[in-house]
Amino acid sequence: MMHTWTARTIRDRVADGAVSATEVCRALLDRIHALNPHLNAFLSIAERDALARAAEVDRNRAAWADRPLLGVPIAIKDNISTQGLRTSAASRMLERYTPAYDATVIRRLLDAGAVIIGKTNCDEFAMGSSNENSAFGPVKNPWDTTRMPGGSSGGSAAAVAAGLVPIALGSDTGGSIRQPAALCGIVGLKPTYGRVSRYGLLAFGSSLDQIGPLTRTAEDAALVTSVLAGHDPADATSARRDVPDYATSLTASSFSGTGSGAPRIGVPRALLAEGLDEDVRASILGALAALERDGATLVDVDLPHARYAVPVYYLVATAEASSNLARYDGVRYTSRALLSSTDDLTSMYRRTRDEFFGAEVKRRIMLGTYVLSAGYYDAYYLKSQQVRTLIRRDYDRAFESVDAVAMPTSPLPALRLGERVHDPLQMYLLDVFTVSANLTGHPAISVPCGQTRDRLPIGLQLVGRAFDESRLLQLAHHIERTQPWPALAPDLQPLASKS
Amino acid sequence: MSVRGPLALDEVDRIAALANLALTEEERALFARQLADVLTYAEEILQVDTAGVAPTAHVLDEDSQLREDAAVPCLPRDRALANAPDPAPGAGFFRVPRVIGG
Repeated sequence: MMHTWTARTIRDRVADGAVSATEVCRALLDRIHALNPHLNAFLSIAERDALARAAEVDRNRAAWADRPLLGVPIAIKDNISTQGLRTSAASRMLERYTPAYDATVIRRLLDAGAVIIGKTNCDEFAMGSSNENSAFGPVKNPWDTTRMPGGSSGGSAAAVAAGLVPIALGSDTGGSIRQPAALCGIVGLKPTYGRVSRYGLLAFGSSLDQIGPLTRTAEDAALVTSVLAGHDPADATSARRDVPDYATSLTASSFSGTGSGAPRIGVPRALLAEGLDEDVRASILGALAALERDGATLVDVDLPHARYAVPVYYLVATAEASSNLARYDGVRYTSRALLSSTDDLTSMYRRTRDEFFGAEVKRRIMLGTYVLSAGYYDAYYLKSQQVRTLIRRDYDRAFESVDAVAMPTSPLPALRLGERVHDPLQMYLLDVFTVSANLTGHPAISVPCGQTRDRLPIGLQLVGRAFDESRLLQLAHHIERTQPWPALAPDLQPLASKS
Repeated sequence: MSVRGPLALDEVDRIAALANLALTEEERALFARQLADVLTYAEEILQVDTAGVAPTAHVLDEDSQLREDAAVPCLPRDRALANAPDPAPGAGFFRVPRVIGG
């Protein structure tokens, strides 16, 4: 049953010698081997290195006993650099790319005693909301393997939901941690922009990207966020702020009566008026009513520019992506088109990029190049940055009177594989509730809050004040303790026995 | 400014050249339509009154502080070249097709 253990449980049992890190690692590797053929959540399984690392943890157990993630197996989204371990970003462009260095978050996890167990599937270069843009096939949702897990960190979400690991790292540029967490029935936290170092993350939208955790409990999210967060000299955008012990702050309950400590939660009712699945709407309203019963104050908030968040996001993010992905040109990163004697440098660039980038990546590079090009820059790019300012002001105004703003993470539950894959714009509209927090930099969490009549998970999103991850984690922790949803897990026995 | 119908193919070609992409015929036609769909949708933002509103390029609330310009160890050259499709490790170069002359 080790696959049901939280990171906290594994850490405590490894630290006090009740179980070895090697036993935990072996048990989860066995489960990965049994279930991954059905889920396609992992692109690389670091079996030998993980077992060697677990043995190292066991040898040093006494000296390392206070390390916060001692012996905890963790999966890493495949767009985060791991030294000596293939990092493909689910792209044929990087199919054979092995980083020469670790991302800062990887160093921090290792310093905390963690065991890196493998790399998870995602949309190519983190561009997508369904995982169908992976060059290595889509991830399947553990709740229903005919459905997508969400994206882009779909492999991380599926791995955690299926009990293959207690914690996975994802990256979130427009919802890529929160949306798959919601659709797979787990917790996903996008920290405040600057809270976690981006050094070693393969850049997509540099003003939007953040690394964060996907976990089965708020406590595990708190535990690992304290490890990940903090200033990094290698990332000039990382914040010079102290990192709280988030796990300890969970016990400072925010629901101690209805006094000044009770949370004020903003509800943008206008945003919930249309385009929402009925089961999603009912679950969200039910979760809010439960919070109110427990002492929270619900406050109507107006976010008049939120309706422009999707177009603003797709102009800003693609512009940044078109610049960031210029580096993949056939010179430094493993893949180069087969050239003839007539090819020159420019045709090498162009043929390499056409051959090794997938359709969605090309589409976004094209869109970003268009909005940055002469004649369109002011109308699209500059304008979108101005509207971005107005969206930030809406949230700043809301946070004058509330501690968090609540809304669905996704307007719909998990779609069937292939359902929207041929209509990029319809796919982009799935991001309607998540992109704002990237445009404004605010932290946001998705926590399970119900299921549809088809037993598909539904996530409640809470957006918080900058650097107030503690409040979001407290609220998620409260929901978890008072609602039945987080305890539910997909039934994978039929899949496991098939293999 | 308004996009109506698919982008002209020569416009798609111009963008593809700027983006260093050699598109297939199929991709040209597909992107002409799909980019126009997204741009038409995005034109919604043109209605917003942004007179006098400063653009947001990043959301950092503190001034970025530069670290001290101190020399620290960097990647050894052979490891930096290790992922190149056509390295020239002896010379310490990435090899590419001829750029000038011919």
